[in-house]
Amino acid sequence: MIINKKFTTLIFLLPVLFLNSAAARDLKSGFEYLSPSTREMQNDEFANPGMTAVEEGRVEFHRAGVNDKTCATCHGENGSKFDLKKIASYPIYNKEFEKPFTLQEQINFCGEEYLDNVPYVYDCVDLVEIETYVRYLARGEKVNVTITEELKPFYEKGKKIYNTRYGQMNMACNVCHDQFDGQRLRGQVLSQGHSNGFPLYRLGSGKMTSLHARIKECFRSFRAEPFYLGSEELISLELYLHLRGNGLPIETPAIRY
Amino acid sequence: MKMKNINHGLIVTMTLISFSLVSTAHSEQKFYPWETENFAINKPLGGFNGNAERGRKIVIDKNKGNCLACHAMPIPEESFHGTVGPALHGVGSRYTEGQIRLRVADEQKVNPMTIMPGFYKNPKENNRVDDQYWGKPVLNAQEAEDVIAYLMTLK
Repeated sequence: MIINKKFTTLIFLLPVLFLNSAAARDLKSGFEYLSPSTREMQNDEFANPGMTAVEEGRVEFHRAGVNDKTCATCHGENGSKFDLKKIASYPIYNKEFEKPFTLQEQINFCGEEYLDNVPYVYDCVDLVEIETYVRYLARGEKVNVTITEELKPFYEKGKKIYNTRYGQMNMACNVCHDQFDGQRLRGQVLSQGHSNGFPLYRLGSGKMTSLHARIKECFRSFRAEPFYLGSEELISLELYLHLRGNGLPIETPAIRY
Repeated sequence: MKMKNINHGLIVTMTLISFSLVSTAHSEQKFYPWETENFAINKPLGGFNGNAERGRKIVIDKNKGNCLACHAMPIPEESFHGTVGPALHGVGSRYTEGQIRLRVADEQKVNPMTIMPGFYKNPKENNRVDDQYWGKPVLNAQEAEDVIAYLMTLK
């Protein structure tokens, strides 16, 4: 009888085990969907057009603020004092503001608090360039977001947005990027939709694109009203996306189509 | 005085034309409710007759049907057919017209996890639609019927 009971529990457990293995499928960076020549371009720092933004960000990083301090005053020349693991773990919960801080918000906050600068508008060109530079320093570091108790409601919100259908085309992120990665939409290959390469250089538009701007473009393409850049919705979604791609190396500045 | 009269007449005709334009545009995008019967819509949408030749153009048009984005179809002059959906060769012999009509109008009623947009879905069921497209289906009833007529020719 005892053996029988064990068997039945095993039989009940088996499908659960299978389901788990199906859910934890291989993570594929957008890099793996690129053509060989584009991969080469991304890895070659002379050929990568995103390096322009990195250089601009480097200049901003060493530019004196209102009180003559620079980012390098605290973080060291060329960011030598950065904890790269911490860069890979953003967004982080900020106790003072009681919300998750994305890397951009952290940079903006630092500029205001320690350099007495006027804060940037969220997602503006300069801010994206500094973000690009800082993430570039942590290139190759694995994304490692942890969901603390305080972050949980934001994570849940992001997850809900990821799985909700929007717009006249009635599409949700999960419908494309969880079910049909690797398939073609006309000439374009659908990726798993990970965030490890952002901010990235898009060959289609010829511009540096932040994660929020890319999501906004998605919303426009399925004819939905986008959330505004830096909104709580997009920050929650960013949190969920980073967590979803935990373990993928940071590729900033990546190249995508 | 004569000039003024002419101007007046012009303005009246112009306004009439613009009104008629607005009203036709409005009726074009009007949503005619449909009903499903055993996973099919058997009555033509809005009572329109489809034209397969126009349907073929809509299927290719990136701002209208853009069916080629996901489906391979017997349209050799267009390159890069999508691979997300099933190929539509011979779809007219696999499904009845009513079944195709439901799948074009609102595939989600057949498969809730589908990626396919409802091209004549009830606009009230959509969420957070951009102002420009608010309250409108993707295709109007005539265009949807044209697409259905074209798909029925794929035997």
